[in-house]
Amino acid sequence: MTAIARLRRTIARVRDHDLWHDFTASRITVAAAAVTLAIVLAALFAPWITPQNPFDPAELDLLDAFTPPVWAEGGDWRFVLGTDDQGRDLYSAMLHGARISLLVGFASVLLAAAIGVTLGLVAGYSGGAVDATIMRIADIQISFPAILIALLIDGVARGVLPRDRHDELALYVLVFAIGASGWVQFARTVRGSTLVEKNREYVQAARVIGVRPAAIVLRHVLPNAMGPVLVIATIGLAVAILTEATLSFLGVGVPPTQPSLGTLIDIGQDFLFSGEWWIVVFPGVLLAALILAVNLLGDWLRDAFNPKLRKGVAR
Amino acid sequence: MRTKLTLAALALALAATPADAKELRFAFQGDADSMDPYTLNETFTLGFLGNVYEGLIRRGPDLSIEPALAVRWQIVAPDRWRFHLRRGVKFHEGEDFTADDVLFSADRVRAKGSDLTTRLAGVKEIVKIDDHTVEFVTEAPNPILHVEWGSWGMMSKSWAEKHNAATPEAMADDQEKYTTRHANGTGPFRLVSREAGIKAVAVPNPHWWDNANKEHNLTKITFTPIASDATRVAALLSGQVDMAYPIPVQDIGRIDRNPGTRMLVGPELRTIFLGMDQFRDELLYSDVKGRNPFKDRRVREAVYRAIDIEAIRRKVMRDLSNPSAMMVGPGINGFSADFKRLSHDPEWAKELLAAAGYGKGFEVGMDCPNDRYVNDEAICQAVVSMLARIGIRVKLNAQPKAKFFPKILAPRVDTSFHLLGWTPGSFDSWNPLYNLHGCPRLGGAGPIWPEGARDRISQGKVNLGGYCNPKVDALAARILSETDKAERDRLIKEAWSMTISDIAYIPLHQQALAWGVREGVTVAQRPDNQFAWRHVRVK
Repeated sequence: MTAIARLRRTIARVRDHDLWHDFTASRITVAAAAVTLAIVLAALFAPWITPQNPFDPAELDLLDAFTPPVWAEGGDWRFVLGTDDQGRDLYSAMLHGARISLLVGFASVLLAAAIGVTLGLVAGYSGGAVDATIMRIADIQISFPAILIALLIDGVARGVLPRDRHDELALYVLVFAIGASGWVQFARTVRGSTLVEKNREYVQAARVIGVRPAAIVLRHVLPNAMGPVLVIATIGLAVAILTEATLSFLGVGVPPTQPSLGTLIDIGQDFLFSGEWWIVVFPGVLLAALILAVNLLGDWLRDAFNPKLRKGVAR
Repeated sequence: MRTKLTLAALALALAATPADAKELRFAFQGDADSMDPYTLNETFTLGFLGNVYEGLIRRGPDLSIEPALAVRWQIVAPDRWRFHLRRGVKFHEGEDFTADDVLFSADRVRAKGSDLTTRLAGVKEIVKIDDHTVEFVTEAPNPILHVEWGSWGMMSKSWAEKHNAATPEAMADDQEKYTTRHANGTGPFRLVSREAGIKAVAVPNPHWWDNANKEHNLTKITFTPIASDATRVAALLSGQVDMAYPIPVQDIGRIDRNPGTRMLVGPELRTIFLGMDQFRDELLYSDVKGRNPFKDRRVREAVYRAIDIEAIRRKVMRDLSNPSAMMVGPGINGFSADFKRLSHDPEWAKELLAAAGYGKGFEVGMDCPNDRYVNDEAICQAVVSMLARIGIRVKLNAQPKAKFFPKILAPRVDTSFHLLGWTPGSFDSWNPLYNLHGCPRLGGAGPIWPEGARDRISQGKVNLGGYCNPKVDALAARILSETDKAERDRLIKEAWSMTISDIAYIPLHQQALAWGVREGVTVAQRPDNQFAWRHVRVK
């Protein structure tokens, strides 16, 4: 009884919150959230809702290759969206691919946020030489395109790691490459918030009563700097997914036997001229939809957290 | 210095008269891996350099042997060939071509680091009679001594020594030599510039000895490697290049339908095959320890029977391949239609694996190029899924040829399962019997592919699986020196029956040549897939 009551109270609180009003008032945002949620759920449950495991070579039959989508001539109900050049069911391959894309996206954003938030807090709170060093490194890094840094890290990793373990380690390398190329934005934002917060009265009060600096940073400063981090993380997710797709498209991402969305598009582009359009179009559309939806969510989140931009919403 | 000035003048002249400029711009899927003509025994590299360097003989458009730097030759004794060199020939940088250059080229092509040592297999001694006569003395009579010399380009002794390049650049190590980026041959074209992986530019040689009969009307040749199939096709369709090859099988129809371009399609002499490690006691990149499954003929047969070559022909090659039971195709002396492929039968394959003690399958790494043969990576992926069905788990390592070849070729031989293609440069069966099936060891006994001495191997230089059958070696030696045609053909057939029943390799198919050319450009398509610019006319 109490649990249900508590849940009711929580729901009521959420529904009462400004953010919820903002959210429901924007139809585009609701649609974007629905699309994101649908893709994430589909990717999460891919092994249970797809007819084929495209990563298992034993399930592929070359004779099924280049089957067009079911509504086209020569289509087959076993492969609703058609197959690629190796006989992979595109619908299965796309969901499994989206799974990898999202996994890499989330993991690398987490990594970037962890590095960036830590460095931002340290830089902002310590000030002086530490601040200058960290922020100059950030300045240098941001003068290179993120994709270039990711390529560099990926290339070095491939040179260093033993050849026969590349395929197993490819995912970790990707996460590290994308994460390490994306931390600067987090660091800059968090440093800014930290500089503002650290001179506030409540921080000074904590300092006066002798709270240790680490505790002040974690308990008092960090929670107040998290809003912008959430916004950057959301937009960063879209960027990370796109970076992964780009790297895989260039052939330095995940191995071709475990195609992500970028790899599928890479495979498909070889067949653009020959009429097998579905191999490139469907993964491309899915990738575009995912990126667009996540970006719209990120935009909305940014506006919602910024009172100056908030539209007049009836309360 | 003078040559540079001439070059500059030539460049100016070209720039000044665009109306007469007949430029050939062509694209291939990879680059010529070195400008050193002895570094890599690979068709594209040899073909590219065949426009710059010339051998004592050359091959015509129909592959017939023509005199080139040798005007004529005679067999003065069964083991002694005399070559009369062409007089008055100059290298691009002005050096005279003489017998000393032939002797130097012979030493260099057999030196450490050369990938073309087999060009002079069985040659005991080379004697300079005078400045324009040389004699080759062979260990045994060899009726086909000169047939592969079309791709053994003559180099200038003084030029190579001046630039500290008296030995070839070795593919396996990263040591660059002057000859990696510069070329100085006697051929119809001279290399002007080369940026690895980006482009190479050549111009006609105004002092070429055969300019009186020249067929081409070119003033400049620009070569661009374009790895992506779609980009290469788009470059041809949009007129950025005049000729591109190979055209991916799926785009042939489109090139033909496009009004400004057309296709040249023909059978190629190259055979694509799978090689299996039969010499190591333990496979590389495998979970089987202490044993080597491929040493067991039943395992090799299982792999063979697991492969559905018809599916590869229909889906990957779109009917543009000719499934093969032999390591040589029609057009190569020694091909016989009597040999048949083993049937495709995955169930039988599983039984064979179980009988060999691998009922649960095993894991193995596979090396595959992804920019060398028609749809090479797609073939490998198809093989991976076909083998997965009988329980063999293949970890595919598909790489560009610039990384693939140094990894798998001697001295590293770092492969236990690979896809490769082979065109016998002599168009005769002895070449693959010796290069692909000869036992790769020094002397009559000793270990196969001895560590530390792999770069000294000549017989079986490309026998990366280390297949070894002394009877085949003995037959190959007899084939080399047998002068009676009927007897020789009988010996060849006997050797092929042995290697085929041993399943030394798994032949896959002969691919089709697929060149796309712009309307107004005429080229001669050689069945060995070499592109000789001297037959090109541009409108």
